[in-house]
Amino acid sequence: MVEQNLRYRSDEPVADPAVTVDAFADQSNATAVRIEPGDDARDLLPHLDRLALVEVNFPAYTDGRGYSAARILREHGYQGELRAVGDVLLDQLSHMRRCGFDSFAPNHDIDRAAADKAFATWPEVYQKTVDGRPAIWAKRHG
Amino acid sequence: MYQYDSYDQKMVDARVAEFRDQVNRRLAGEIAEDQFKPLRLKNGLYLQLHAYMLRVAIPYGTLNGAQMRMLGDIADKYDRGYGHFTTRQNIQYNWIKLEQAPDLLADLASVEMHAIQTSGNCIRNTTADHFAGAAADELVDPRPYAELLRQWSTFHPEFDYLPRKFKIAIIGSETDRAAMKLHDIGIQLVTNDAGEVGCKFYVGGGMGRTPMIAPVIGDFVPPLQMISYLEACLRVYNRYGRRDNKYKARIKILVHEIGADEYRRQVEEEFAHILTLGLEPPPAELERIKGFFEQPGFDAAASDDLDLSDPDFAVWVKQNVHAHKQTGYAIATIALKPVGGIPGDATADQIRLMADLARDYSFDELRVTHAQNIVLPHVKKADLYTVWQKLDEAGLANANLDLISDIIACPGLDYCSLANARSIPVAQKISERFADLGRQQELGELKLKISGCINACGHHHAGHIGILGVDRKGVENYQLLFGGSEGADTSLGTITGPGFSEDGIVDAIEKATNVYLDQRADGERFLDTYRRIGMAPFKEAIYAKEPANG
Repeated sequence: MVEQNLRYRSDEPVADPAVTVDAFADQSNATAVRIEPGDDARDLLPHLDRLALVEVNFPAYTDGRGYSAARILREHGYQGELRAVGDVLLDQLSHMRRCGFDSFAPNHDIDRAAADKAFATWPEVYQKTVDGRPAIWAKRHG
Repeated sequence: MYQYDSYDQKMVDARVAEFRDQVNRRLAGEIAEDQFKPLRLKNGLYLQLHAYMLRVAIPYGTLNGAQMRMLGDIADKYDRGYGHFTTRQNIQYNWIKLEQAPDLLADLASVEMHAIQTSGNCIRNTTADHFAGAAADELVDPRPYAELLRQWSTFHPEFDYLPRKFKIAIIGSETDRAAMKLHDIGIQLVTNDAGEVGCKFYVGGGMGRTPMIAPVIGDFVPPLQMISYLEACLRVYNRYGRRDNKYKARIKILVHEIGADEYRRQVEEEFAHILTLGLEPPPAELERIKGFFEQPGFDAAASDDLDLSDPDFAVWVKQNVHAHKQTGYAIATIALKPVGGIPGDATADQIRLMADLARDYSFDELRVTHAQNIVLPHVKKADLYTVWQKLDEAGLANANLDLISDIIACPGLDYCSLANARSIPVAQKISERFADLGRQQELGELKLKISGCINACGHHHAGHIGILGVDRKGVENYQLLFGGSEGADTSLGTITGPGFSEDGIVDAIEKATNVYLDQRADGERFLDTYRRIGMAPFKEAIYAKEPANG
């Protein structure tokens, strides 16, 4: 089992194991769920208030479906932990953060200092997303 | 032309720094090649047969003299003294050393250029009508919208790992000079009866091994919702595009498999949600960008007369010069297609000469066309003769625009690691066979396009005559197609039958042009005759057994 090493939240981590999206629908007390690339993140929308952790699995870093899943959850008001797990690499961290991920459990080591540097890659951003950073257009016309 | 502000500059500078760090980590062995590959690809750096190839973005094919001059200097400093202009309105250098690539990117950044997203499964450099802002038939100038799109698509965090690459083209004229319907998304700016501008979205076109013409998905999207609509189109694709098979991963397959109506329904649903998020840049941002694309300071008194007494000049004007929206001005196209040459190649000196001509005679502006030529968009008619003379001295006055030797060709097996066959030697042989310009003019408009593999970078599906190189039991073999087109009358070519050898394909093309000359009705182009009489007469001629010599 991989040890989670990058978390950017101040609340207590959820202790419950994450269940699959299918199982989650039948378990009214589950608070943690794991999304696979083929799952529809919108299936979770009716249950956002009882969710404390959503893991989004990246079996291969080249499969970008998880970025959309994360953004959809945040766009609909999900406030809990959003964790990228699996084949998560240093050079993807910055974009993941912009899509709403606030914790990372890569299946290989990422140095925390290197990760912090990766988050600072872009001094500005062109798009408004869910991370609260103002887009360049907003600054130009602030 | 658009000019960077400090924000834009910071973004390209950050990219140079990031890539320098990635290259250093790679050279130090901290990242493996398979992890480095997608990172270098996002900076346009491919590992080809002989060396690294770097593809530089030329957003919507527009650049100024200083940028063009830098492209020439880079060819000298980092390559072998030439560059290759591509069907994506970009330029590629074929002999780049990895350790020098960060310095090259820094040189580009010094003139507001970059290689961002010129490769990889992300939103690629947006292309546009190469006559934008100049064409007499223009309804809406697409460049401000293309720039808005450039900024939105740059480092978009959600769409960096799409199922496959994603290409967007935008036009604002009735005449489609950008092969818009053969893109993942084609946007045509149109106006309604009330004179309002709207974006007509064509989604799901493409070439490659499964060529498709894009259906209309959005009829009339307000320009101030264009970015939101794009977000919706891309999100549906990112979530549901196929990832199980690389060859079925483009958006055209998704749109085809679920149908245009179902795709439209999903986009509309997503669009309605996205509109609530306030992702769209404000009207003031579009206005700010439009300010960079005001008409240059044309001389309103410029004469519309043109002295055509030099017959060579007259031929070039007839073939390579187009009508400008401003009286007294013209659009001049420099065809990078000399007889026996490599389509789209230019030497460093030629690139710098074109930069000088732009500065001196075209309000410091140039365009790269998807047909691998260069445009001087705003030349005073009174200056045309001087421009032509200077081009002629540099071997750049080829008067063959849109003729049979104005060939589009991919780099093919001479450079590309994906290719099955060579493209360049075939292009050279065809241009040599039809070297006589009078003969070419007799044949009229004839768009010939060559791809060295099924990926169709040479647009063979859209050629009036298309050639596809394949590998047949270890031997290069060339399939022939007729009837493709990329304009308002977009159509896909049909394969004639069995393929040909390198020399055989040249003979077959010559026979086909003879059928055309024989059968054409008044005013018909090759394509028109083919559409009228069909494949049979051509097939009969090109596959006829040669009579035995007695």
